[in-house]
Amino acid sequence: MSAFSAIGEGKEIDRNDYTPGLEPQATWCPGCGDFGVLKALKGAAAELGKSPDEMLLVTGIGCSGKLNSYFESYGFHTIHGRSLPIARAAKLANPGVEVVAAGGDGDGYGIGGNHFMHSARENHDMTYIVFNNEIFGLTKGQTSPTSPMGHKSKTQPHGSAKQPLRPLSLSLTSGASYIARTAAVNPNQAKDIIVEAMEHDGFSHVDFLTQCPTWNKDARQYVPYIDVQDSEDYDFDNTDRREAAEMMHETEDALHEGKVLTGRYYVDSDRPSYQEEKQRIGEMPEEPLAERYFDDSYEWERSYDQFLDKHK
Amino acid sequence: MTNDELIWRIAGGSGDGIASTSQNFAKALMRSGLNVFTHRHYPSRIRGGHTYTEIRASADPVKSRGDGYNFLLALGDSFARNPQQNAYYGNEEIKPLSENLDELREGGVIIYDSGLLDASEIEDFDERVEENNWHVYDLDLRTMAREHGREVMRNTAGVGATCALADIDLEWIEELMTDAMPEKILEPNLEILHEAYDMVEEEYDVDAHDVKIPEGEHDEEQVLMSGSDAIAYGAIDEGCRFIAGYPMTPWTEVFTIMTQNLPELGGISEQVEDEIAAAALALGASHAGVKAMSGSSGGGFALMSEPLGLAEMTETPVVLVEAMRAGPSTGMPTKPEQGDLEHVLYTSQGDSHRIVFAPGTVTEAYTQTRKAFKIAYEYQIPSIVLYDQKLGGELVNVPASHFDEDPNPSLGSTLTEEEIADAPHDESGKFSRFRYDTPEDNGVAPRSIPGQKGGRFLATGNEHMPEGHISESPENRVFQMDKRMRKLEAIREELDGDGVNNTLHGEEDAQYGFLTFGSSQGTVEEAVDRLNDAGHSVKSLGVSEMAPYPVEQVKEFIESVDEVLVVEMNASAQFRGLTQKEIGQYGEKLSSLLKYNGNPFEPEDIVEGFEVNIVENDDHPHTRTKFVPAAGD
Repeated sequence: MSAFSAIGEGKEIDRNDYTPGLEPQATWCPGCGDFGVLKALKGAAAELGKSPDEMLLVTGIGCSGKLNSYFESYGFHTIHGRSLPIARAAKLANPGVEVVAAGGDGDGYGIGGNHFMHSARENHDMTYIVFNNEIFGLTKGQTSPTSPMGHKSKTQPHGSAKQPLRPLSLSLTSGASYIARTAAVNPNQAKDIIVEAMEHDGFSHVDFLTQCPTWNKDARQYVPYIDVQDSEDYDFDNTDRREAAEMMHETEDALHEGKVLTGRYYVDSDRPSYQEEKQRIGEMPEEPLAERYFDDSYEWERSYDQFLDKHK
Repeated sequence: MTNDELIWRIAGGSGDGIASTSQNFAKALMRSGLNVFTHRHYPSRIRGGHTYTEIRASADPVKSRGDGYNFLLALGDSFARNPQQNAYYGNEEIKPLSENLDELREGGVIIYDSGLLDASEIEDFDERVEENNWHVYDLDLRTMAREHGREVMRNTAGVGATCALADIDLEWIEELMTDAMPEKILEPNLEILHEAYDMVEEEYDVDAHDVKIPEGEHDEEQVLMSGSDAIAYGAIDEGCRFIAGYPMTPWTEVFTIMTQNLPELGGISEQVEDEIAAAALALGASHAGVKAMSGSSGGGFALMSEPLGLAEMTETPVVLVEAMRAGPSTGMPTKPEQGDLEHVLYTSQGDSHRIVFAPGTVTEAYTQTRKAFKIAYEYQIPSIVLYDQKLGGELVNVPASHFDEDPNPSLGSTLTEEEIADAPHDESGKFSRFRYDTPEDNGVAPRSIPGQKGGRFLATGNEHMPEGHISESPENRVFQMDKRMRKLEAIREELDGDGVNNTLHGEEDAQYGFLTFGSSQGTVEEAVDRLNDAGHSVKSLGVSEMAPYPVEQVKEFIESVDEVLVVEMNASAQFRGLTQKEIGQYGEKLSSLLKYNGNPFEPEDIVEGFEVNIVENDDHPHTRTKFVPAAGD
């Protein structure tokens, strides 16, 4: 019998099961896009029938990091930019757990940029949601890696001299196998995309446009949005790397010209996840590693029997 | 002394096979019944440059590299010369033969490879040979090896020549080569071994000197083990099956040994993008219910400061190892120092705490790594194994039975689902992971693991309520802080009561004491024996528990003697500072002997340092060590 009986329980789950019984008053500002992420995540988890006990939500620091307080599941609210390495190790240790990591654009594309690149490259089987509001919110309105060029803030009083980072293109180049962009103003698409991302076997990156009504008043509030899959103006094969790349460039160019494009940009269902690759080369057990620590009948190897001969 | 021990130095260029040859030779000497201790000296470069390994072999126990050496096999650096221009690379001179010749003892033996080295290039060589009564054998090992087809075999030829001159039975070497070498290279190696041996026997007077191999016998089976091996095996035996790291000298050794062994044990090793990620992965795996470790050396460990604090705040068990090398910054990557003590004790923000062990020997490296895991998982606190390049790389013989211990895969204070069902939950249904206990408790609240039914909670680096929600409530803050800190008292109590103390050595009622930590312990003990043999009255305490500090034991030790000399390998007397901070008195009794030139202490450094500074109360004559007098002295 599994020590983790919540995993794969498959019972009827209601979206309200993800609402903490003692819900702390959400400290997000009125109109904040983060509410949209919370709503989409609850809807997706319910649709997939994941129970709160089999989910691990790992967050970074900032407004986005507070998602953990308002979403009922196992949670790990970590340190600035470091949600991904913690999340991917948890997944390797116990692959049955549904692992979702979340953070903001400063957290994920700035301080945690290195981890983002490498988690995507390794194609860990997990979902990564980046709350992209093009601003630092909780530290009160500084320029972020996705802020547009010329953006003025307290720390860039003359306007930013830097090009904004292109998260979709970076993700593709790094090696993510599912890449989508959605927006808090587009709740149905957001939920569907998170369902797909969680179902996908590999690193799923969702760039989630979240408006910041308090600090980014200049930012277009991501409306009107266009769903590239629904629009007749955009025709590309999102399983083709080159076509996906071109579409991403167009999307990223368009954003600061007032055109908000969302949708599924890249889906590679054939590539094995990192975990599968690691098992294939014999560097990861077939059974969940964590399970073994609860198995009283497991016979633990020790150095005396295994390795001492070569030192004699 | 020359008949009591052989201190054999093999010198050459990095990449010339010095390490593997010396390792095999040390193992052969161990198998013949001797006690061995090796000391490695290597530059931070891949090929060429000057590298040497010393093997000290004696029938008596050996605890340090000894003083100097009495047998030099100088093979030369095959990468030093640029064959096209007949020039040297960089500033390399013919160091394998010239460097540290001062440390070759009187009456010592030199074999040098005349195929690569020319003694006439060394100033005053002949005069010094005569003055010191050295016995020099110039053998063209390179040509001999070339004739057998592989130039690298001049190592084996040198070993053969050594055996002839030191009267070592070739059988031990043959047996070991047969075990260690693949068929294809075994045959030519055996041939050249014998050829060199016979050639020296026939053509030279092998009895001209009195450096001979001693005879010894072990009363139980021995294994040749380094500190890095012992740390890795300690982790494995304690049930660690997950490691994440980034390569950095000298920590890489532990990382590599674990990585090579974990897959066959069904474990996981991850080489990741940086050290922040490495420590974070270890935390993530531990959070998900696996015994996990990470580690690094100085600069890499600096990056782990934040995840370390997160482990403490979220009460996530984790073991980090820190392999010290000379600093600051990247310092001297391949040279030993004990300068990261304060870094490891105090890094990370706020009132954060970690448990720190600093093993003094290879055997302690094994037992204390196991203890580090046990404490970390029982008390849900990060624990650190702090060691240095010297301990990590030194090979010594240890009774195999030392490793014949039961495995301990227990996750410590972790609940099963049945136990979770009976444990306190708050009214929301969340598990009361960080529940309040009483001041009489030890501060430990058992944890649950993601995937367990009914165990969900929030782990966060912010201050938090019992179920994990972030809180800035003053009452809760004080409760949680006190709870975390209560663990330290409980751990101190457990360490005091576990029957394994810090290591005392010497006469109980001695007049003077040496206080030291980590890998300097063995060298200090050897100096203590010599000083007592010379009529002094000394003892030593090797402290290997750095945090929580063993205040009572150290206090008792200091009180029992007139004066204490604190021996450590750094320039700022960090261990003495820690001792004074923790004990809060007796500052006037503690003076320091420091060494930080990139080489570890030799017993003679300590003997002399004691006699000159403490007994004679004189100025310190050494350039290798530094004396810092007691406060108010």
